[in-house]
Amino acid sequence: MSTTDKASPETSDETTDETTDETPGETSEAESRASAAADATDAAAGAQLSTAPLEDSPGGPAVGIGVIGWARWFWRQLTSMRVALILLFLLSLGAIPGSLIPQNNVDALKVASWKRDNPSWVTVAEKLQLFDVYSSVWFSAIYLLLFISLIGCIVPRSWQFVGQLRGRPPGAPRRLDRLPAHTTWRTEKTPDEVLSYARTVLRGSRFRTELGKGQVAAEKGYLREAGNLIFHVALIVMLVAFAWGQYFKSEGGKLVLRGSGFSNTLTQYDDFKSGGLFDPDDLPPFSFTLDRFDATYEMTGPQRGTPRDFKAYVTFSEGAHGTPQKREIQVNKPLEVDGSKVYLLGHGYAPIVSVTDPTGKVIFKDAVPVLPQDANLTSTGAVKVTDGYKDKDGKTEQLGFNAVFVPTFAGEGKGTMFSQFPALLMPRLMLNAFHGSLGVDSGLPQNVYVLKTDKMEPFKDESGQQFKQKLELGQTMTLPNGAGTVKFEGIERWATFSVTQQPGSGLALAGAIAAIAGLAGSLFIQRRRIWVRAVTGKDGVTVVEMAGLGRSESTRLPQELAELAATLHQQAPSAPAALAETRVEETPEGERG
Amino acid sequence: MTPLAAAANENLAEISNYLIYSSMAVYMLAFFAHIAEWTFGSRSKVARTAAALTGAKETGAARAAAPAVQVRGKAGATAVLDQPKVTTRSAAGIRDVPDGPGAAGGTVQGDLYGRIAVSLTALAFLVEAGGVVARALSVQRAPWGNMYEFSITFSTVAVGAYLVLLALKKNVRWLGLILVTTVLLDLGIAVTWLYTDSDQLVPALHSYWLWIHVSTAIFCGAVFYIGAAGAVLYLFRDSYESQLEAGRTPGKFRTSVLERLPSAASLDKFSYRINAAVFPLWTFTIIAGAIWAGDAWGRYWGWDPKEVWSFVTWVAYACYLHARATAGWKGRKAAYLALFAFACWIWNYYGVNILLSGKHSYAGV
Ligand code: HEM
Repeated sequence: MSTTDKASPETSDETTDETTDETPGETSEAESRASAAADATDAAAGAQLSTAPLEDSPGGPAVGIGVIGWARWFWRQLTSMRVALILLFLLSLGAIPGSLIPQNNVDALKVASWKRDNPSWVTVAEKLQLFDVYSSVWFSAIYLLLFISLIGCIVPRSWQFVGQLRGRPPGAPRRLDRLPAHTTWRTEKTPDEVLSYARTVLRGSRFRTELGKGQVAAEKGYLREAGNLIFHVALIVMLVAFAWGQYFKSEGGKLVLRGSGFSNTLTQYDDFKSGGLFDPDDLPPFSFTLDRFDATYEMTGPQRGTPRDFKAYVTFSEGAHGTPQKREIQVNKPLEVDGSKVYLLGHGYAPIVSVTDPTGKVIFKDAVPVLPQDANLTSTGAVKVTDGYKDKDGKTEQLGFNAVFVPTFAGEGKGTMFSQFPALLMPRLMLNAFHGSLGVDSGLPQNVYVLKTDKMEPFKDESGQQFKQKLELGQTMTLPNGAGTVKFEGIERWATFSVTQQPGSGLALAGAIAAIAGLAGSLFIQRRRIWVRAVTGKDGVTVVEMAGLGRSESTRLPQELAELAATLHQQAPSAPAALAETRVEETPEGERG
Repeated sequence: MTPLAAAANENLAEISNYLIYSSMAVYMLAFFAHIAEWTFGSRSKVARTAAALTGAKETGAARAAAPAVQVRGKAGATAVLDQPKVTTRSAAGIRDVPDGPGAAGGTVQGDLYGRIAVSLTALAFLVEAGGVVARALSVQRAPWGNMYEFSITFSTVAVGAYLVLLALKKNVRWLGLILVTTVLLDLGIAVTWLYTDSDQLVPALHSYWLWIHVSTAIFCGAVFYIGAAGAVLYLFRDSYESQLEAGRTPGKFRTSVLERLPSAASLDKFSYRINAAVFPLWTFTIIAGAIWAGDAWGRYWGWDPKEVWSFVTWVAYACYLHARATAGWKGRKAAYLALFAFACWIWNYYGVNILLSGKHSYAGV
């Protein structure tokens, strides 16, 4: 690569050298005198076939140029292809740890268990932000540098490209026969006729042409550069869209029992996450009631129990007082409302439990959602009776039950309380009973699925063991010492929904489509030049020369040149004497590549 | 599903299994035919590469390969002679060596076995494709629900792409032996470790995006594989050529095999073209996946392991394409990047599906 060759901004391209590599021995004295001037045309002929930046040589700036010099050097480095390459590579390597080590924003529970399993690594991993790779300082640094580099690269390239579009195809290099594809013949037409035919032919193939002295220069495939620039701009658009989405997004989860409703306000959510710039007033007003939930499962075969279909039927109304409409929400088919989407995430059961006090008065009756622990929906939860219970002696107390629910029990004597199937084939509810204080009055929010037993006493059976019982549907258990009864009244279903707002996804999609289109243009379109030269030879017969130069070697270029030559040849056929000459030109082997 | 239909479907699933096993048998035969092709081909004594490399020094790098222009006259007569002939020249910095003669080494017998091998491969392809279709019919959905199904589709597509290139008269027969060997490996792994009975899909996969996203993913993988095979052979052939250039004599076996491959420049170009051609489709695959994830999980990008590795693969290929455009990074370094990128793809397929758990838990193994 000739680094001194500043006339050609395209030293990264192999074809540039093609036009400038003269073998000294071959040129005659007279020729070499003219060559200084001609070198410039040669370089220009191959130049600017792309807007790819110059390859800077490594090493610091010249001595003693101070801060500005360094800054300039740094900027040139940052926006060079080589650094872009290195940053890209770092980006791909940097993304890897996040797939091997659990991430906080994906699964916080897994992070906790990883920390438990690898205690000695925790400090190092936390220092390196390995649990938050994609928002870590170092990962952000890589992609921000890359995008700065990208902008620093695109802006000058775009100007250069505009310049190229305004300019005309450059003139032919001296020796057309040194170009990757070349052809020549002699014809009886005059040079002017040939050139004007050539221009028509080239224009017919949508080349931009420029008539010069004794030659036509033509160029085609500018869309390649345009595509490349569009692609890189689209990357920036996508990043902006992504960042926009991160700052303004919101995501809330809500468990809805069948028959109950949800309305879209912050207080209604079980959990809610949002980006830094999110405003709760942006939540679009809507509400829905869960009317029905259907789940079907594979009943037989090795994948027995695998879910096949989930469907939630809701009555939905938009706005504060919209008209109710029936809608369905499925796993892949969210409900879309005014920029928000309601997704069906999960589902489970809620045993309906009623509790009576020692006098037989029903003081609690409710559907208590329990959380699935495995694919067969073995679920756990807690029944908390906070109000209205007085024990035999009239002392006010609270009752609590640890609950394990299985939709399909393995059968008595099987020794397992794990569910065998996710549907309700043989539902059982196992309750461990406690009394005392639930600790809910302290004002601190409490996990409704977990019983805090530190201020509670277990009920004891006759043998002094923790009192517990497994209930069938409709069965009642009697608490020891006449403390009351608990009845497994029925089973309700629930579904969890997630309501998300992700602004910027439209922009991201537009960017993505532009990226693909630009990429296709950039990779599939060849930018190439074709020159036709026609001069009167010594014997008065016109010599036609055609040659082509592409950004890279291409099998299509010779093919295209051949076709153009053939068309031109029809209008400027070979002079009889030239026939013999073309015939001897034997080619040892076939087309390659 | 009625019991009757279920039985019919089980029959189809059985048929699919028979077809897959049969295709393995035919691929096996193709494998032996290719071995025969290479063996007979080794008897040829062409040594064109060495000749070209040593000869090139004196004659200069100009070599001519001409697509002769053939234009039919109005009367239908072919006029060749009075057409201009295009001469081509390869760029500076590229060794000017001709492509090797292929596995058969120009020997008649080798060529015969090569043709037999290609025919057998085509037959095996049809049988295997039948297996994939039967599998799809047995479950009445796209046959891409688990790793077994991915694997059988993957090799079918790879062989299909190879046969298409052959049909387009591209010089790719050198790929035959490697391809058939890896297809056997892929199918072997599929039927022994990855096998899953045909079955329905989990709800998250009920989407037309399954057709779009998964089919393009498999297609990209299969074609990237061909590109990677080209890159590996390029590395071998390139070091062989530079050995020759440096005046050393490579080992006999090495010479015999590498001599018959296309030139390093051709292999490099082949691998680049393949990778560059699929890259936009791979970009599309990832975007389609993101759209689907947006529908199914409520976020279009969540750094799930599968997503991470698709991204890594994508960036690695982007890196490779940049490397090709950057001076000093062409050739071997670029080829290493291409292989790194493909290794990421493979890891994303086997490693992530089996070893890392994420939302893409459809490995079914
Ligand atoms: C965000 C990261 C980037 C990605 C994913 C990316 C991706 C790509 C891809 C896939 C190509 C191939 C298209 C082709 O060959 O025409 C390409 C080409 C190119 N990229 Fe990037 N690029 C990135 C950043 C950059 C940066 C920072 C620069 C500037 C230093 C840059 C400069 C170029 C140039 C000049 C080409 C054209 C090379 C040629 O004409 O052959 N890219 N890029």
